Amino acid sequence: MSPRALRRDADPGRARQPEAGRRWPILVPAAAAVALLALPLLALLLRVDWAGLPRDIATPLARQALALSALTTSVTLVVVMLLGTPLAWVLARGSHPTVPWLRALVTVPLVLPPVVGGVALLAAWGRQGVFGAVLDDTLGVTIPFTTVAVIVAETFVALPFYVIAVEGSMRGLDQRLDGIAATLGASPLRTFTRVVIPLVGPGMAAGAALAWARALGEFGATITFAGNFPGRTQTVPLGVFAALEQDPDAALALSVLMLAVCLVVLGALRTRWLT
Amino acid sequence: MSEAPAAGLTAHVQVSRGAFGLEARLHAPPGSVTAVLGPNGSGKSTLLGSLAGLLPPQRGKVVHRREHRAASWWDDPDAGWHLSPADRHVGLVLADPLLFGHLSVADNVAFGPRSRGASRSQARARALEELERVGVGSLAESSPREVSTGQAQRVALARALATDPDVLLLDEPLSALDPATRSHTRAELHHRLGGFDGVTVLVTHDPLDALTLADELVFLEDGQVVQHGSPTAVITRPRTPYVAGIVGVNLLSGRMRVGDRVQVEVPGGSVVTAEDPAHSRDGTQVWLTIDPAAVALYTSPPAGSTRNVWPATVRDVTIAGQRARVRLEGPVALTAEVTTASVAELGLVAGKPLHAGVKATEVVTYPA
Repeated sequence: MSPRALRRDADPGRARQPEAGRRWPILVPAAAAVALLALPLLALLLRVDWAGLPRDIATPLARQALALSALTTSVTLVVVMLLGTPLAWVLARGSHPTVPWLRALVTVPLVLPPVVGGVALLAAWGRQGVFGAVLDDTLGVTIPFTTVAVIVAETFVALPFYVIAVEGSMRGLDQRLDGIAATLGASPLRTFTRVVIPLVGPGMAAGAALAWARALGEFGATITFAGNFPGRTQTVPLGVFAALEQDPDAALALSVLMLAVCLVVLGALRTRWLT
Repeated sequence: MSEAPAAGLTAHVQVSRGAFGLEARLHAPPGSVTAVLGPNGSGKSTLLGSLAGLLPPQRGKVVHRREHRAASWWDDPDAGWHLSPADRHVGLVLADPLLFGHLSVADNVAFGPRSRGASRSQARARALEELERVGVGSLAESSPREVSTGQAQRVALARALATDPDVLLLDEPLSALDPATRSHTRAELHHRLGGFDGVTVLVTHDPLDALTLADELVFLEDGQVVQHGSPTAVITRPRTPYVAGIVGVNLLSGRMRVGDRVQVEVPGGSVVTAEDPAHSRDGTQVWLTIDPAAVALYTSPPAGSTRNVWPATVRDVTIAGQRARVRLEGPVALTAEVTTASVAELGLVAGKPLHAGVKATEVVTYPA
């Protein structure tokens, strides 16, 4: 006799209503949520012209956008890691009363609409901006609507992802290790580079992957602060937006390519660091 | 900062952390081992962290002087002086080995010499030598994950000593080890400290560590030094119930009454001693110790020369081999140590009424 049959004998009234039948108030909305997330992605894969994909990706617009995205996200990643790692350490170990405020400040760009970030960047570094005017007058340097502006915008939105992830893994590090390293004669810098960074390597890799993916997808702050100039500021997301009117096939092809890149990044995160 | 301090470590630290305050003084000459004992929360680890430079004292002075050298001031908060942990030559070993997980055992030990400017090959040679000296030379290329806790703790000791520290700070170094490993590691530690000519400060709550490793004991309670002295002095003359508990004697405090014989009035009764009335002063506040082995137990009041007899009730009995410790309740609370055979003969179970007797000659008194 199967266990199910046993249970049915023991409690006949209850057995008439199968388990799944009583779970539908939970399962139906959950299924709707899955559909909401999966259907657009599925549609993307159905709509794309697979045979023409190599050709669509090789158009001048697509190639320029891909090259620019590769360049700007790489530079952004370097800047984010060079500046973000020390900041994460300050947030993880700092005892100064301003540290909680700093942490709050770092999280602001996480929730801020990117277009607002772009407006803020213009206000700061625009030709008439608070600091941009000074830069323009003294050094003759203008940032907005250049490739540098793309990197600034990407850094602005990606840095918090990196800092928050790395700070988390630095907090998990036993603080007594710092003390041990100090008594062994290591300066704070040596402790940071030789003990802390190697031990939080996995956290840094995860943070870097998240930040890079965020920079790759960056749209709102970039188009506001850097404009949409092919070859100079038109990254892949901006290229997709531009192509949607003139060359929808190219827009679909670039979208599928970005989806694939995101899946690869996620997969690498899961298998290597998140399990 | 004018007077030249004696060679070794001279420390007076006052640290407050929230509601807790620590004030301790100690002096330890080169080559000595000072054990700091005390109940949990007494400030032992705070004292050690302060000596390491990790918790700067708010007040006090810490100075170290090598023999025939000028003094090196570590802390003088009144003068705004604090030497960073990296600049004072200390070695620190905590209860957890805290090896650097990304470095091999040898690289862990070489980390200190490298940080202090040794070349890669010098640091490595020194690391291998230190590992050999604590008996784990064969583990040099292992990862910290591959070694046992006892081995890891010896690596931690080698790492701390590889920088030739002036002061070695050990915070409960054996407490995380299982009993078998602990005894082996204690012997290794004893052996290694014998060849160390700097100052060692050992925080522990294990009396065996203190008695086997230390030249000087410092007892902390509630952030204050309550007693210090050589192990022999402390064993024979404990001055607080905690210290008496550590050395395992009965400690009572009372006032001398001198008549034709000397008695000490203690809470719940009086104790006759063998002190000479001619040399005792009436009214002196004294400590009084009774070795538990000198407490005799009787089922009926003893006849004979025993001067001190009190009614007593058995509270509990713990047996260790051939000996049993019997905690007694009564007007004078004592612990008696009897043979396991007596436990059976006298039928010592909790609640059993007895008489406890102590000869006057077995009572030791000393001024409070």
